[in-house]
Amino acid sequence: MNEFVERILDLPWQEPKRSYEVVIIGGGGHGLATAYYLATRHGLTDVAVVEADYIGSGNTGRNTTIIRANYGIAESVRFYQRALELYATLEEETGCWIMHKTKGLLWLAHTESGLRAERARTLMNQAMGAQTAMVTPEEALALCPHLDLTGGGRYPVLGGSYHSGGATARHDRVVWAYAQGALRRGAHILQHTPVTGLLRDGDRVTGVQTATGPISARIVMSAVAGWSTHVADMAEVRLPIRTHPLQALVTNPYALGFEPIVASSELLCYVSQTARGHMLMGAEFDSQPSYSRASSFEFLSSVSAKITKLLPFMADLRVLRQWAGICDITPDYSPIMGETGVPGFVISTGWGTWGFKAIPAGGEAMAELIATGTTPAMIASFGLDRFARDHAMADQGSAGTR
Amino acid sequence: MLWISCPTCGERPVGEFRFGGELPHVPDRITDPDAYNLDYVWMQNNVAGITTERWFHAAGCRRWLTLRRDTRVDRVVPG
Ligand SMILES: Cc1cc2nc3c(=O)[nH]c(=O)nc-3n(C[C@H](O)[C@H](O)[C@H](O)COP(=O)(O)OP(=O)(O)OC[C@H]3O[C@@H](n4cnc5c(N)ncnc54)[C@H](O)[C@@H]3O)c2cc1C
Ligand SMILES: [Zn+2]
Repeated sequence: MNEFVERILDLPWQEPKRSYEVVIIGGGGHGLATAYYLATRHGLTDVAVVEADYIGSGNTGRNTTIIRANYGIAESVRFYQRALELYATLEEETGCWIMHKTKGLLWLAHTESGLRAERARTLMNQAMGAQTAMVTPEEALALCPHLDLTGGGRYPVLGGSYHSGGATARHDRVVWAYAQGALRRGAHILQHTPVTGLLRDGDRVTGVQTATGPISARIVMSAVAGWSTHVADMAEVRLPIRTHPLQALVTNPYALGFEPIVASSELLCYVSQTARGHMLMGAEFDSQPSYSRASSFEFLSSVSAKITKLLPFMADLRVLRQWAGICDITPDYSPIMGETGVPGFVISTGWGTWGFKAIPAGGEAMAELIATGTTPAMIASFGLDRFARDHAMADQGSAGTR
Repeated sequence: MLWISCPTCGERPVGEFRFGGELPHVPDRITDPDAYNLDYVWMQNNVAGITTERWFHAAGCRRWLTLRRDTRVDRVVPG
């Protein structure tokens, strides 16, 4: 088989039912993983995932696929470590090849304060069992011989941290693996079916309204990323979210074997090599909120200027493609998972620019919440109620790289 | 890319400005004072459409301005 001929997933046409136990809005990674874990961990298959477009058409099919657990606060490190574990065994579990590859993540510092931040992150990671260690410039060079340690004379590498658990996986294949696993066990996936409203009975949410008619449900989950505010509005739930575009780009292929993933939180950019050899780059999200998926030349030129200082060979590559997704950014850079205060309506959002790596752990936890009615300890501190309790989960480890 | 017209400096690129947020608007149905404060401090309308917002011309005249923007296409609209 040609490894690089994408397999087209055969989604059988399913006649939508009028009612399900669970309806999940949004066929991205989080929605589909929740359906998958409901089926595999809780035997709950009377589930429909309702997707406005095609599955994976949102951020899950647009991201730069970095998987890592080197976050800044204890609750996050624990949560993302769980995601790392589940990703590592997902191929075995589902029988689907997601092209998962552990390649390590090198995080560079260019100033004393940058080094201090890496030290703090490293200590927190070690305390929580994530594999992160400080490296000297020479060790960084040994890990990535392409580096210019002088940073083109502008961004000298003073050291950094190395997270050996850093990995990548093919995003569409993750979508398909979860979709297939859920479908085979009886869940329905209704594509091209935008949710236009929620069914209400007093306070309670009792289902969704779609262009093809109403569908009732005991419990409705929203996992619609950049559109989270829009769907939450339908239940009169207010969210502390702003939708910001995040852009990415890839170059033409370069000789295979570029490892690890290289990132710099001070320069706010990162790069990894795809299985085909393309160099895949990202940076910070656009500073003003918007729902526009337009790409900008400013993004292209600012990322290229920074990355070619650290990795001079990249100056000879050409940009093949550039694109954007719209991300659900929270004020504390942590996700929002769980109850909303409205009976029958739960959410998984606030995945911002960092939620691909979280898909298995987010899906597992949301499935447990839906099936058992109790919030798992793993996500208890990520509830929407944290803002009212004055317990924002500020995590600078989310920003910087994705 | 977004261009913003500053009353003092004229048409300038977005990179010179700092986004200062939507003009906060708490829904009328929220009347409990604690819920009102929570909403005012944290919650966002995050409108997909035309919003009224504050911007700060950080790398220019260093004054605040108010504008209307269509967030679906990221363009300033008249008014
Ligand atoms: C350029 C870019 C790079 C990124 N890089 C990384 C990275 O390296 N590592 C990482 O961990 N994260 C990364 N992210 C973030 C990550 O992609 C997202 O956080 C994650 O994919 C979110 O998954 P989701 O399932 O919540 O949302 P999505 O995948 O966006 O799925 C939401 C779905 O909901 C659907 N929908 C919306 N409204 C409705 C409606 N009314 N009715 C029905 N369906 C609806 C949409 O069509 C969409 O398919 C990146 C994001 C971008 C844009
Ligand atoms: Zn000005």
